[in-house]
Amino acid sequence: MKTLVEVQNLKKNYGEKQAVKSISFKINENEILGLLGPNGSGKTTTIGMMLGLLKPTSGKILIEGDKIEEDRIKILQKINFISPYIELPKKLTVKQNLIVFGKLYKIKNLNDRIDYLTSKLRLNDILNRITGELSSGQKNRASLAKSLINNPKVLLLDEPTASLDPEIGDFIRSFLEDYKKEKKISILLASHNMNEVTRLCKSILMMKDGIIVDSGSPAKLIEKHGRKNLEEVFLKLSRSPNEHN
Amino acid sequence: MYGLFLRHFYLITRSFPRILDLIYWPSIQITLWGFISNFFASHTTYYNNAVGVILTCAILYDFLFRTSIGFNMLFLEEIWSRNFTNLFIAPMKISEILTSLIFTALVRALIGLIPAVLLTSPLFGISILELGIYLFFLFLSLYIFGITLGILVSAGLLRFGPSFENIAWSTMFLLAPFGCIYYPIEILPELFQKIAYILPLVYIFEEARNILINNTVDISNLIQAFMLNIIYIIISITLFFYSFNKARDKGTLINIGE
Repeated sequence: MKTLVEVQNLKKNYGEKQAVKSISFKINENEILGLLGPNGSGKTTTIGMMLGLLKPTSGKILIEGDKIEEDRIKILQKINFISPYIELPKKLTVKQNLIVFGKLYKIKNLNDRIDYLTSKLRLNDILNRITGELSSGQKNRASLAKSLINNPKVLLLDEPTASLDPEIGDFIRSFLEDYKKEKKISILLASHNMNEVTRLCKSILMMKDGIIVDSGSPAKLIEKHGRKNLEEVFLKLSRSPNEHN
Repeated sequence: MYGLFLRHFYLITRSFPRILDLIYWPSIQITLWGFISNFFASHTTYYNNAVGVILTCAILYDFLFRTSIGFNMLFLEEIWSRNFTNLFIAPMKISEILTSLIFTALVRALIGLIPAVLLTSPLFGISILELGIYLFFLFLSLYIFGITLGILVSAGLLRFGPSFENIAWSTMFLLAPFGCIYYPIEILPELFQKIAYILPLVYIFEEARNILINNTVDISNLIQAFMLNIIYIIISITLFFYSFNKARDKGTLINIGE
């Protein structure tokens, strides 16, 4: 299977503080990799470096063989990101936002792309509404449409269903599963929702204090740590002293 | 009550731009109006033969103000709407971001300028167009300097985050006493004159007054303003790139939008 993302010995220091301490992992095409860890474990820093928002202290990030530090623009054309901490401009309608980002990503046949996303994400009713006036679930779907506007090969998701009701959360998860299958994209999913991670991810990285303390499929991790579910594995790894330091 | 006081006290003492903001606003206001009062008290006949000079200078200064603030507003809008990260993960070069902001700031400034210019004639019987072809060069010079200030403030926002916002609003007022907008440079103390001469503003406003009052043109003022503008815009763009790299190093680009 083709590897789309390769992270090699990635480190990030903020002065004396080591936020990420030499982590390595790969994401294949048509794969969703879960990134779990307590707050401050280095997940956001890792995602920030993959997006080119943060300069790594050392190490490499390769997207389809291109290095982010050398080919930032080329890589940003085939990657995208969604996070509840980032919003679309509130005063614009959903459609205007999609047009703006479509232009920023230099999308050809932009109208067709917007029509496709509108249909897939059920945006018809909200397409011409002001983004700032939408509910959390509607904003989330609009942001997801923005994150897919460039038909990305790699999608980084930071808490994509945080603060959503169960029905919309389920819709988003089903959508992501179908979309991944259809487009064979790679997804890195950072989430604190263990059921979501168990459902969507075949493989998981558990981060703590800037390092990957364990990895594997949800079933294997549950079995290995002798717990009932992924949440218990998470709690065990989060509370145990870090042996890798 | 003490808790609420503490909430704001902690906020202010943890932010250098906020402390600076508290200190320099009153100082700048007093300095600017002190010089203006001084000038009018000692030169009561200076503007007698040139009705509209003050208004013309006010329009020129407002154009500078609109350009600079307009540029900053475009940047701040992205921070306020928490869209900053979306912008910086789009496949745009920093030079492309700057170019688009520079152009958009011009459109914003012109939207404000054109009605102001049109209103002065019917309301006050004054036309700024009396400055002739030189008006274009004066506006161009002010536009470049306004953009320069906008880029400098945006570099500060990148480097220090949203707390630098207060500086964005007050850069123009900080420079106003040195710009000699409403009075000739001679009114300033010697030390202030030295500072004023390293800014393009003094040459622009001196030349505007020279054209309107003396009906002569001193090209050297325009050239001096352009040369200084080129130096400052190169410095500001360099600083912007430096701040972007620093922000990538320190993580400001991630936190600024949150």
